[in-house]
Amino acid sequence: MKRVRISQQEIVFAVFAALFLSFSIFLNGFLSADNMLTLLQNVAVLGILGLAMAIVVIGRGIDLSLIAALAVPGGLVLQMVQNGHSLPASLLAAGLLSIAVGLVNGWLIAYAEVPPLFATLATGLFVAGLGQAALFQLDVVQWSDGMAGFERLGQGSILGIPTSIVMFAIACVVVFILLRKTRWGAYIYAIGDNPFAARVTGIPTRPIIVLQYVLAGLIGCFAGLVMAASVNSMPTRIFNSTLIYDVILVVVLGGIGLSGGRGGVVNVIIGTLLIGTMLNGMTILNIPYAGQNLIKGLVLLIAVITDTFLNPRNEETAQQGDI
Amino acid sequence: MRETLTRLRYRYWPDHLLGEILSKRWTETAIPVILLLIVGFALSRSLEHFLSPASLADTARQAGEIGFIGLGMALVVIVGGIDLSVGSIFALSDFCALYLLDVLNWPVPAVVVVTMIVGGLLGAVNGVLIGYLRLRAFITTLITLIIYRSAYDLLIQRYSNAIASAFPDIPSWDFIGGGTVLGIPSVALVYIVIAIFGHIFLTRLRPGWHITAIGGSRRSAYNSGIPVRRTIALCYVASGVLTSIGALFFAARLGTVGGDIGVGLEVIVLTATVLGGITLGGGKGSVVKSMVGVLIVLLVTNGLTAMNARGGVNRMALASILLVAAMVDIRWQKNRTRIISKVYVAPTYHALPPPPPTEIGKGGPFEQNDRLRDVSLIGLGRIEAPEDVILDRNDVLYAGSRHGDIVRFFPPDYERMEVFAHIGGQPLGMAFDKEDNLYVCIGGMGLYRIKPDGTVEKATDETNRSIYSVNDDSRLRLADDLDITDDGLIFFSEATVRYEMDEWPVDGLEARGNGRIICYDTKTGTTHTALRGLKFPNGVAVASDGQSILFAETFGCSIKRYWFAGPKKGAVEIVMDNLPGYPDNINLASDGNYWLALVGMRSPSLDLAWKMPGFRRRMAKRVPVDEWLFPNINTGCVVKFNEQGKILESFWDLKGLNHPMITSMREHRGYLYLGGIANNRIGRFKLDNADPNFVQYDKRWGKSS
Repeated sequence: MKRVRISQQEIVFAVFAALFLSFSIFLNGFLSADNMLTLLQNVAVLGILGLAMAIVVIGRGIDLSLIAALAVPGGLVLQMVQNGHSLPASLLAAGLLSIAVGLVNGWLIAYAEVPPLFATLATGLFVAGLGQAALFQLDVVQWSDGMAGFERLGQGSILGIPTSIVMFAIACVVVFILLRKTRWGAYIYAIGDNPFAARVTGIPTRPIIVLQYVLAGLIGCFAGLVMAASVNSMPTRIFNSTLIYDVILVVVLGGIGLSGGRGGVVNVIIGTLLIGTMLNGMTILNIPYAGQNLIKGLVLLIAVITDTFLNPRNEETAQQGDI
Repeated sequence: MRETLTRLRYRYWPDHLLGEILSKRWTETAIPVILLLIVGFALSRSLEHFLSPASLADTARQAGEIGFIGLGMALVVIVGGIDLSVGSIFALSDFCALYLLDVLNWPVPAVVVVTMIVGGLLGAVNGVLIGYLRLRAFITTLITLIIYRSAYDLLIQRYSNAIASAFPDIPSWDFIGGGTVLGIPSVALVYIVIAIFGHIFLTRLRPGWHITAIGGSRRSAYNSGIPVRRTIALCYVASGVLTSIGALFFAARLGTVGGDIGVGLEVIVLTATVLGGITLGGGKGSVVKSMVGVLIVLLVTNGLTAMNARGGVNRMALASILLVAAMVDIRWQKNRTRIISKVYVAPTYHALPPPPPTEIGKGGPFEQNDRLRDVSLIGLGRIEAPEDVILDRNDVLYAGSRHGDIVRFFPPDYERMEVFAHIGGQPLGMAFDKEDNLYVCIGGMGLYRIKPDGTVEKATDETNRSIYSVNDDSRLRLADDLDITDDGLIFFSEATVRYEMDEWPVDGLEARGNGRIICYDTKTGTTHTALRGLKFPNGVAVASDGQSILFAETFGCSIKRYWFAGPKKGAVEIVMDNLPGYPDNINLASDGNYWLALVGMRSPSLDLAWKMPGFRRRMAKRVPVDEWLFPNINTGCVVKFNEQGKILESFWDLKGLNHPMITSMREHRGYLYLGGIANNRIGRFKLDNADPNFVQYDKRWGKSS
């Protein structure tokens, strides 16, 4: 007899579908085209960050420095333009900063063998501190005239679709191609599945791990620019928020296991949609922010518990230090 | 001149301590402690009021509050998990305490108890989910972090005004928040008590060991019957309770329910935990490490705040410390054994004059001959590594074997062989006492006694620990040879306290006085160390006066005499030095003189190397072990000497066909029986001019009835 196995991805999708259906039936104005676009627009940045996190998590890592990688290079662009530098030069500086952060992360994790949790926790702290101490004059870096035209990255629409959603879509396509159509992507999956086996088969595991974090940093920078463009400023205090937890939840709920080697772009989209639907529905219901968080947390908890019941962890093959 | 400098440098500089210190477990804690001292020193130099009582008390208060959370986090990390929800539990406990006190006006003891219960329940949610339902700790506590935080946000929206407007004036509550006992803040005092208990709990009590075992390997812990799920769940409950205790003190001190209380606390505590050296993934950690980590983090953040650094600088400093600590910790964990094995071997200066000649034609007592060529063989191929041989009053021949057995051969032809007793370990020197009990030194185990019926008893396996020794030298590592005095004192040699049985030749490479003579009193059953600092002491024989022993120092190439009683008690004199080989066992001869086995002959190369410690150290570091320059133990001889230190005669097997290697010899009824630690045989050699009725233990203890 074959046991029916339901993956976490399917559970989350079912939860999403149930939520979506009930909101559509019981909430006035939920299913309208405008609201759908708003829903997606609100979670576009979260989704892009989710893609960055997905790359790292598939390679059996985690990147807690993503929020810093979003806030600081993005803020740097705005600050430099404000200080009179040209936009391309500022973008270049931000890109270099992101690459540097990614390289440091990757080196620490791949070569110095610091656990990713700590390496990225520390670099995130460091980069945020750097921004606060040396780069920005105010917590919120304001838009300046030199940025004219750049706001189209996050505002307006292309063919009737809000730009931020288009950006999320572009990012999805790029990451999808990288993960599924290139050799590097295959390497990332191999490393996530079993780093030692990957190494033995001759995959350059360490450079690929560095590559993961550089890519994550660059995507984070991109998310930051989209975010800055859509709100015309960069609130650098976002580092203090719980946004990073939302990003992890998007990835994990979508079905990309933290032990690596599983999942892909589709999972990020599903996870993002679930979070987006929940947030949107609760906003329409006029639930306060704290209440929204509470409900979000409880739903997530139920989803994770359900997953554990349907797919219990295997005690015999569980890895040491896999927390 | 240069030689003298080398000699003095190796005489007084304790090279061997480095390897011994590094192989201690507590050196892992030493790194964060040193960091703490550096940070503390730097701050006391750069901050004016850093060491003032008020400032210290304030630091102690904060350290206590965060310290409780650190203890909880340490517990959870050691068991192999992580608790990100501590910040939110802290906030909720803080709210709970103030709500009960300010709004419901409960008495303080009830507030304390209920707050701790609330903390425990919040932790229990994590515990049930992670322990029993086996959810991932990281993701689970991440979700509870969000849930608890939003619950807190909802609660303070409702009650923060009520709490803010109340000003409770309760002495016991104020004492919790700001009281001191003998100048020590209340919170620090409670923390110290709990930390001491926590240390005992983790290192001495069964549940503590269970926690470490689960963190080390959850699967093995489960398979060995440890209640894994319950233990894990209880760790999270403990984390919750400890966090709520920290929150209680915080609530009593500040009495506020701000929106950002406990935000980011998990990062600070996690930083402290890793900084202290508690390995993520579980299985390793201690209370002291947690305490040191918390102190470092707190000193750095407070110090930077006091120096008016911007918040960003604070973060950068914290992050840099976290990274450096994690890197040092990881590199050290990874390379520890390799580094220790590289630095453990610490050769020292050991100069010997040129040895007396042994070549044929040069004359002298050591002149080589071929007298052992006519040795007949016993047990050829049936025995392995008989380091020592001995005969009892009934002419039965006993020998040890590498397999941990004592075997015996029966007269008259010594063909019939049986296993007399099985002990384990490698049997080395042997001796009979007056009651015909056989005492055996077992390498790696200690001194054992075999009764005539073959039952084995442990005589002793430990002695008093030297105060200044870094290595724990109370256990016997390499008991080697023994003899028994008329009063029932057993003197036995322990060749080295730095190496195990299987690596004893390395001690010859070091040529340091690592060995000792130990005395076991059969009457009282006590053991004490008689002499220490000897260069591989080996053979032991009671001298004719009954007040002293003769002992051989293998790598000292000398025979010495030690008085344990009588007018010269405590004195050590050299009987012979500068032997041409490495002396091993010493035994009584029928004419009142002594037999001595030379296990190997000195070689000019090693003699030279012994004068060049730096050369030997480089060799030990750079060359694989099997290519090291070891003392030669392939060919040797038996000599007879008297108590005045004169060599009387020597016996050699030049061709090396019958008995090339000799570690011991025993005279019995006109024959000499030969043993060798690398041999597969026992030799039997007919002595000329020897008393044909000589039985060693009849002579020592008188004829048996």
